[in-house]
Amino acid sequence: MPAMTYLQAISSALRDEMRADERVLLMGEDIGVFGGAFKVTDGLSAEFGPDRVMDTPLAESAIIGTAVGAAVVGLRPVCEMQFSDFISCGFDQLVNVAGKMHYRQGLAVPIVVRLPSGGGFSGGPFHSQNPEALFMHSPGIKVVAPSTAEDAKGLLHAAIHDPNPVCFMEHKHLYRRVKGEVPEGVYETPFTARVARAGEDLVVIAYGAMVDVALEATDDLDGARVEVLDLRSLVPLDTAAILDSVKRCSKVVIVDEANMTCAAGAQVAALIAEHGFEDLDGPVVRVATPDVPIPFSPPLEQAVLPGVERIKEACRELLAY
Amino acid sequence: MAIETVTPASAQPDPPVAEPEHLTRQDRIGLLRAMLEMRGIEQRAMSLYRQGKVPGSFYDGYGQEAVSAGAAFAMAAEDRLCILHRDLAAHLIRGVAPERIFAQYMGRADGITAGRDGNVHFGDRHTGCVGMVSMLPDMMLVAAGMAMAFKLRGERRCALTWFGDGSTSRGDFHEAMNWAGVQKLPVVFVLENNQYAYSTPLDKQFAVDPVKRATAYGFEGVSVDGNDVEAMFEATRAARERAINGGGPTLIEAVTMRMHGHAAHDDMKYVPIEQVEEWKQRDPIDRQERRLQQLGVDVDELRKTVADELDAAAQQALKGPMPSPDDVLDGVFCDGQAEPLGDGRAPWSGFAKGHA
Repeated sequence: MPAMTYLQAISSALRDEMRADERVLLMGEDIGVFGGAFKVTDGLSAEFGPDRVMDTPLAESAIIGTAVGAAVVGLRPVCEMQFSDFISCGFDQLVNVAGKMHYRQGLAVPIVVRLPSGGGFSGGPFHSQNPEALFMHSPGIKVVAPSTAEDAKGLLHAAIHDPNPVCFMEHKHLYRRVKGEVPEGVYETPFTARVARAGEDLVVIAYGAMVDVALEATDDLDGARVEVLDLRSLVPLDTAAILDSVKRCSKVVIVDEANMTCAAGAQVAALIAEHGFEDLDGPVVRVATPDVPIPFSPPLEQAVLPGVERIKEACRELLAY
Repeated sequence: MAIETVTPASAQPDPPVAEPEHLTRQDRIGLLRAMLEMRGIEQRAMSLYRQGKVPGSFYDGYGQEAVSAGAAFAMAAEDRLCILHRDLAAHLIRGVAPERIFAQYMGRADGITAGRDGNVHFGDRHTGCVGMVSMLPDMMLVAAGMAMAFKLRGERRCALTWFGDGSTSRGDFHEAMNWAGVQKLPVVFVLENNQYAYSTPLDKQFAVDPVKRATAYGFEGVSVDGNDVEAMFEATRAARERAINGGGPTLIEAVTMRMHGHAAHDDMKYVPIEQVEEWKQRDPIDRQERRLQQLGVDVDELRKTVADELDAAAQQALKGPMPSPDDVLDGVFCDGQAEPLGDGRAPWSGFAKGHA
């Protein structure tokens, strides 16, 4: 198996899909000759041409809306938001048009929206957000968030094959930082959780970039055997895997890079409170970004984003409970 | 800056009937029939609403029947449409049965959305139509996207959507017009200028007549008498021909008047009575009937036939069941294969003759 970065794995999935299925086309701002702001689509225009690697006008609502139209007449558009923050401009088309279509009239909308998300590099308030919870709250949209190169490729294949709108949260901080072996060819990673490291004293539940941070924070935590559960998919949410980890470990720390209130982790906490209460040996603890815009300056940004030390501290406190 | 409010020419008698180049006698009767069906369905539905059998509110297109009938009549089976809430005739032309429309209004199981959405918020995917959402004009982008797919695949097909004067104020209008212009898409935008967006008149909506903006996006805009069904047909036919021959989009402004309130609850007191009276003289159904009477068509007989059919359809819908709450959670996601839209009915004789 070749080793790839998270970014290369995403590019590889796009290339494989476009080679295999002429219905697949990519749409986004500056994704053609330029190869995208992060170079995810670098080289694809040369191979597949400007029609299938489409440089669009700077218009996020139009990118989503026209993708919906193309999808209902048989294409398989994969849209790129240049930054996930910009999905706010396409929110209506995604939530009201794409998300509700199948329920209302039985018409499937097979589109993927790639959302480069997350902070940690002084992107400031408009280039650092994690908007996934907005779409968890909107019926009819699936949401996945890979943390490894292998899952980035497999989840993207599965998302493109899925007959529904799928938000593919790709964390910018992982693009070149995470590298791993990736199977060749087309394979699907299921929209289920994955035990990133097994344990029995406590489980840290995370997704996306926070999985690595959780693994690092709990790698050597005073000898405790800490499990890390990587959700991978937020819609559907793998409730069985979550409750299974809770049952095994009895103590839970939930980590979100997103803002705290109503984040994905809030839903996980509610799920555990409702269905895992008897298995708990302590309060459910959450670590997340406080409810502030993500500030620009490094010391300010680091002060709000969950990091290794905050997770360590939360785990230690809970282990001692 | 003051703008001109579009008003109809005073109620002159219609000019003598010229034989339209692209419409047979049967086509012209078909256009009238679609308008009669639309008005008949909406009148009956309004009664059902007043009887408490239509939940929510009720929206109709009284007086605007020519806009959807004329435009939809020009569309081929393989074309695709996004139909708005005052455009019921388009659904009828594409082949949606009246009883299903009554059931739709009443939230019944046999309605097109089986009770999941109300009013004219539906599209029958088997007739090549995507149902509208309430956020206007979102469907302009969906129509542009369908047209984009046709162009990418090299197909001689066209997409069409309607939207209102209020829609021109939102960003999606700009994004769709711009995108369609940049990519020279085979799409027809039908701006249904019915003088009011809910209670807001045109002079509070825009400073420049939207049809003039088409040029700024790089394509043609034409203004049409939206109460003349044959003029609507001809403008759309020409726009479609341009679209499928690579000539790009067209904006058709259909100048008409909303003769009822925004919805059943709206008494329309903000509309000057003289304005309504003036437009009454230009009723699209009366006009088409006068034309056909001059051709010797028995219009009364047609009216009666349509009325009988619609009475039967309403009765059938009233006998239909309400949807079961047992499956209210089903279908949020598609579990099988994504099936694209199917073809609709295309009754215009030109298609049978191999036009376009």
